[in-house]
Amino acid sequence: MKANLKYNLAWLALMVAVFVLIDACEFFGIINSFIENMLVTIGINIILATGLNLIIGFSGQFSLGHAGFMAIGAYATGIITQNIATPLGFYLSMVVGIAIAMVAALIVGIPTLRLHGDYLAIATMGAAEIIRILINNFKITNGAAGLFNIPPLVTWATVYVLMCLTTIMTVNFIHSRRGRAVMAVREDEIAAEAMGINTTRWKLVAFVFGAGTAAIGGSLHAAYIQTIAPGDFNIMASIAILIIVVLGGVGSITGTFVAAIVLGALDTILQNFGTLRMIIYSLALILIMIFKPAGLLGNWEFSFKRLSQSRKKATVHD
Amino acid sequence: MQTFGQQLINGLSLGSIYALLALGYTMVYGIIKLINFAHGDIYMLGAFWGYYVINGLHFNFILTLLSAMIFCAIIGVLIEYFAYRPLRNSPRITALITAIGVSFLLENGMTYLFSANARSFPQVLPTITYHVLGLRISNIQLIILGTACLLMILLELVIKQTKMGKAMRAVAVDPQAAQLVGINLNHTISFTFALGSAMAGAAGVLIGLYYNSIDPLMGMTPGIKAFVAAVIGGIGSVPGASLGGFLTGLLETGVQAIGLSAYKDAVVYFVLIVILLVLPAGIFGKKLKEKV
Repeated sequence: MKANLKYNLAWLALMVAVFVLIDACEFFGIINSFIENMLVTIGINIILATGLNLIIGFSGQFSLGHAGFMAIGAYATGIITQNIATPLGFYLSMVVGIAIAMVAALIVGIPTLRLHGDYLAIATMGAAEIIRILINNFKITNGAAGLFNIPPLVTWATVYVLMCLTTIMTVNFIHSRRGRAVMAVREDEIAAEAMGINTTRWKLVAFVFGAGTAAIGGSLHAAYIQTIAPGDFNIMASIAILIIVVLGGVGSITGTFVAAIVLGALDTILQNFGTLRMIIYSLALILIMIFKPAGLLGNWEFSFKRLSQSRKKATVHD
Repeated sequence: MQTFGQQLINGLSLGSIYALLALGYTMVYGIIKLINFAHGDIYMLGAFWGYYVINGLHFNFILTLLSAMIFCAIIGVLIEYFAYRPLRNSPRITALITAIGVSFLLENGMTYLFSANARSFPQVLPTITYHVLGLRISNIQLIILGTACLLMILLELVIKQTKMGKAMRAVAVDPQAAQLVGINLNHTISFTFALGSAMAGAAGVLIGLYYNSIDPLMGMTPGIKAFVAAVIGGIGSVPGASLGGFLTGLLETGVQAIGLSAYKDAVVYFVLIVILLVLPAGIFGKKLKEKV
């Protein structure tokens, strides 16, 4: 803790600085509601994609069902805050959503995580679709019409703070003993097993953790957008999150941030193009993948620690 | 009993469409380990091609089917050449995202060019309904089933009897070793895409005749279902894909028949998960030993 105090303070300063910057822009009217909407979408996407990156990039399990867990969080918030329309109700709903999503992830994960690669992807996709179809047919979730008039209990600041919190938790998890176990499983399952790591358990831990963050993203989405329908959480939604992870670089949290911001900005700019928007978007996607197959940042990670160390080295050389 | 027979026939017609699509998935996956997300959209292109040649050029059924197959084969080869070939040695997840990008491009390109409206497919064949043993069987259903079975047998012959088919099987087992014995990797992969896309094109024309309605997003759901069918049958296996397709079609119509149509997709996915847990490589898949 003490050894890294300097770097942790640097990160904290960065987070506060960005917050103040956004707040100032808001105050001076540089950020209109259109841009604020973009920033919130980016924040929610970062929460979702960080969780998925933990599953895909760090534990090496290919999940295509992230939107299913997001749907659980969104519906928990939608249903509970319609009855308890207070900030406390929102946080309660978020906790409930996380809990249900984690239980669902356990139920899905225990059998399916025995599968490998594309088979796991298809199984998780199937599980997410089952969740969506159940929501589509339940009475409490109002079926295919979805929920509307969800109380607006979330501002951009809530999203920003929760984005920082989930990122800190995810990164701390990755850098902990548990995180190293998870990464060992990714590198070589058999070797990890030989080292005494319970591979199924750590795969499951990463999967459940990712599902929990997806539920947070879903809660924020429901409370900010105020309308949700089962159709919002289909396979395409899972794929949209997957695209952010792969575009940024599988296994790079910095990359996830960059990709979410780039895609969010691209989306906003392309709004002016009308129907051409998705054509340009898909062409951009194909071209980035062809010319940068490892994603924008590969597995490079920004770190204050490395920055200052390399500067120290440079001064020694001088 | 009668309802059962009726559902069996409906299920088989739907299943043969899934089977034709699943064949394309399974061959491409078998050879380059890529889930070709754009495959469902090639099927959509086949249906649109059929729509335009029947309306514009007044092709008959056979000519429509053949021209759609050739058109889709060319599209498939072009997609492989421009989008997938540059990524052959990249991580597989990258190629997957590219396939999704191609799928978006085809869907939105077609929406942009031809609008998102559904249009009715011209009925090139007059529908005749036969009444056999109290069952209603239309000639369209028989043609779908017959064409699908014929194409599957032809495909099996191509794969098992021709030199190119042998090359395809060799590349699927080991691309490097196949190159060592003088197999041209690029030609073989292009040929696989051509074959798979031709099947999808045929399925597109057949579904147009069956459901009468086509639109640019029609390929999405059947595409994913057909992939599920291919996984159930054992991905990489040609008979497995046919079996998986028919199973999926029968399952869907069966669930619909007992009054749970809202849950039909959920049941398909549930069966998929159960089959994968019991037989991790699908029904006809080969289980490979893991090496240390």
